[in-house]
Amino acid sequence: MPEITLNVNGQDRKLDVPAETPLLWALRDTLTLTGTKYGCGVGLCGACTVHLDGNAVRSCVTPVSAVAGKKVVTIEGLASGDSHPLQVAWIAEDVPQCGYCQSGQIMTAAALLAKNPSPSAEDITNAMTGNLCRCGTYNRIRKAIHRAASGGGGR
Amino acid sequence: MTITRREFLAAGGAAGAGLAVWFYLRHGNESHNSGQAFAPNAYLHIAPDARITVVVPRSEMGQGVRTALPMILAEELEADWSEIAIEQAGASTLFGDQTTGGSASVRTTWDPMRRAGAAAREMLIAAAAKDWGVPVSECKAEKSKVIHTASNRSLGYGELADRAAKLPVPSDPPLKSAKDYKLVGNALPRVDTPSKVNGSAEFGIDFRPSGMKYAFLSRSPVIGGKVVGFDDSESKKVPGFATSMKVGDSAVAVVADTVWGAMEAQRQLKVSWDEGANKDLTSAALSEALRKAASGKSVTLYEGGNVAKVNGRRITAEYTLPFLAHAPMEPGNTTAQFRDGKCELWSPTQVPQDCRDSVAAAVGLKPDDVKVNVTLLGGGFGRRLEHDYAVEAALVAKTANAPVKVMWTREDDMRFSTYRPDSFHQLSAVLDAQGWPVSFSHRIVSPSISRQKGQPGDGGVDPDLKDEAGFVYSIPNVRIECVDPDSPVPLGWLRSVYASPVAFASESFLDEIAIATHRDPLELRLHLLLKDQDVKYFDTTWQTARMRGVLQLVAEKAGWDKPVASGLHRGIAAFACFNTYVAEVVEIAMEGNEPKVKRVVLAGDVGQRINPNILEQQAQSAVMFGLSAALRGKITFDKGRVVQSNFGDYEPVRMSEAPVVEAYFVDSNAAPSGIGEPPVPPLAPALCSAIYSATKKRIRTLPILGQP
Repeated sequence: MPEITLNVNGQDRKLDVPAETPLLWALRDTLTLTGTKYGCGVGLCGACTVHLDGNAVRSCVTPVSAVAGKKVVTIEGLASGDSHPLQVAWIAEDVPQCGYCQSGQIMTAAALLAKNPSPSAEDITNAMTGNLCRCGTYNRIRKAIHRAASGGGGR
Repeated sequence: MTITRREFLAAGGAAGAGLAVWFYLRHGNESHNSGQAFAPNAYLHIAPDARITVVVPRSEMGQGVRTALPMILAEELEADWSEIAIEQAGASTLFGDQTTGGSASVRTTWDPMRRAGAAAREMLIAAAAKDWGVPVSECKAEKSKVIHTASNRSLGYGELADRAAKLPVPSDPPLKSAKDYKLVGNALPRVDTPSKVNGSAEFGIDFRPSGMKYAFLSRSPVIGGKVVGFDDSESKKVPGFATSMKVGDSAVAVVADTVWGAMEAQRQLKVSWDEGANKDLTSAALSEALRKAASGKSVTLYEGGNVAKVNGRRITAEYTLPFLAHAPMEPGNTTAQFRDGKCELWSPTQVPQDCRDSVAAAVGLKPDDVKVNVTLLGGGFGRRLEHDYAVEAALVAKTANAPVKVMWTREDDMRFSTYRPDSFHQLSAVLDAQGWPVSFSHRIVSPSISRQKGQPGDGGVDPDLKDEAGFVYSIPNVRIECVDPDSPVPLGWLRSVYASPVAFASESFLDEIAIATHRDPLELRLHLLLKDQDVKYFDTTWQTARMRGVLQLVAEKAGWDKPVASGLHRGIAAFACFNTYVAEVVEIAMEGNEPKVKRVVLAGDVGQRINPNILEQQAQSAVMFGLSAALRGKITFDKGRVVQSNFGDYEPVRMSEAPVVEAYFVDSNAAPSGIGEPPVPPLAPALCSAIYSATKKRIRTLPILGQP
């Protein structure tokens, strides 16, 4: 197997895995970055969302071979000390219930805010509808994104 | 279940052996030298460094037990909330039944948690009073300190822990009255939230002991099929392949060093199956069997008056509900490791004790030699009341002779779940001259989950129907009965269990009666709840006044007395289950033939509120869960196989479909009850009431979407 070099959370990481291995499993299994979650394996639920050169992508359907030389950011690398405005807002609104999908929710929302700092309710719906939450935390996710976008900090 | 007083005292009495209790609970490398720690009971430990640890004997699956349960204890302990640490209990013998389900975590731990905190508080006060040589009555506890106001002295709980540990455990400590609560009733933030916004929260799927391998299983595609043989020659070519093995009669496991390797090796595995008796099973055949069963022998659940003797205008209707899957976001998994002839498990489970006992039986160990650690659960909804993942993990790890995590794919989760049973409901009412119902009959035809699992219940009554099929309205002649046919489909408890089907039928039928008699559906319900009455139903006494209370509250908050906004339509329903009362008003707009739910207003009576922040979360969650089921939820069968496979054909509601949910709760100091399930049942009938209001079309079969 040829070695693949990924840039994950600002560090170059060499991986010795088959080229078709989904980025999800390379992150979780090889790099032990388990904040990124497996939910469906086919890009339907968004639990595995990470940033690839700033775009939100489904790592479960992204082979590592397609990622070589690009910048990958996971929930662990989003901000130091949980300081990203969305993390602050997520805590302020007490969004998570079981919490399993929330890394993916936050990564999708972070990609949205990076491109659109003041999203409308409809922008939020459009960006977030690919991320399932079986606990149904959607009301609070929406509030937290609005809070972060408006510069609102913690409570 | 409620921990009996005798059991509580036995645990309390273990304080003299606190070191043993503490050691057992720590599951780890905690030194035997922690003898100075104060562990007056199995729920609590106060270290000399002032660290207060509360043990949570229920599983955290999003419903907030790691916050709510310690709040109850800390309230009585007079502890500084910011200093409380949480420890998750594994399978234990110290807490009674640790099953997390039945919306019962607060209901069943309210008393033991309060008593645990109060006992420790009294001992800490006694220790300080003794130290100061003052009467106990002159001392008070506050913010993890004992204070002697007269002399302006105080001692911290940490300083007192060692001395308190030597005092007798009070058998009947005084409990605080509600007016003095400082924590209980407050919307405190959840303790687990910070770990859930940065990826550090550890779920079952995340846990990895050194040297662990991964396993995926090929299971019989047809219900009840068996393995004839398998060929793993292609699997062996996959890098990292470790081994393969038959697991029980109906599955073959492939083990590899990496997740992707194990997935790939399992894809390459060829298994030949004996498809067995269900190979031609279809949903059409299941539906027909259910309808046929309706004329079978019934068991009476509740009877008042005599429905057979009432004559007058009769209304009847029939309702049908499908099988459902839980589909928690974290697919099934468990990690197992054998060491020194013992087995240790790390499992996202709602039933640690059942996992322990089932694994022990499966691998030939004593239950004491199986240790079950409970991880965080990525959702539960009843799916993790099954022990299947844990037994698979133990069997595979034993044969593989290595620590193994058995993982389920999403497709495995959809196809090899246990399913909320299908059900068929026949309802009949007789109206008096004024159009009020004077007779109400409900025949529930639903296979019993417990009976299929070998626990039929007393008198042929499924034990869950006692929590989930109550009827709170005052009608002089009532008969609720059930028919329990066999089902070839593996059945399981899904959030609210029988309450949702029962409520869909009975509350929809009340709406039909209201329409037939030209009455407002709220007015009809309030009329049937006019008198304050206790309705005894098995072990529960339902109160008409509390049902009326949630209906009045929801009507006020939803503005039921005012016309609904232009373009919107609304419906109402209420139901009482798991000791909790909930009423909901659902507002919709029709977009073409499809209802779009815009707003759900919910009123609940859970007795004493522990944490309104978590109550609101659970109310919103239950509404989304009920809405997912009502709109699209359906598991179907063809050729003996589950048709659905992933979130594409079993799709919970997404943000684009999520209504605004407002939740309000009745002020009460009654004993607290749960909120995880009770808001699920009213959603579907309230939604279908709104759809009728919009379209004059009555939905009697769920799910709503996709009907002709």
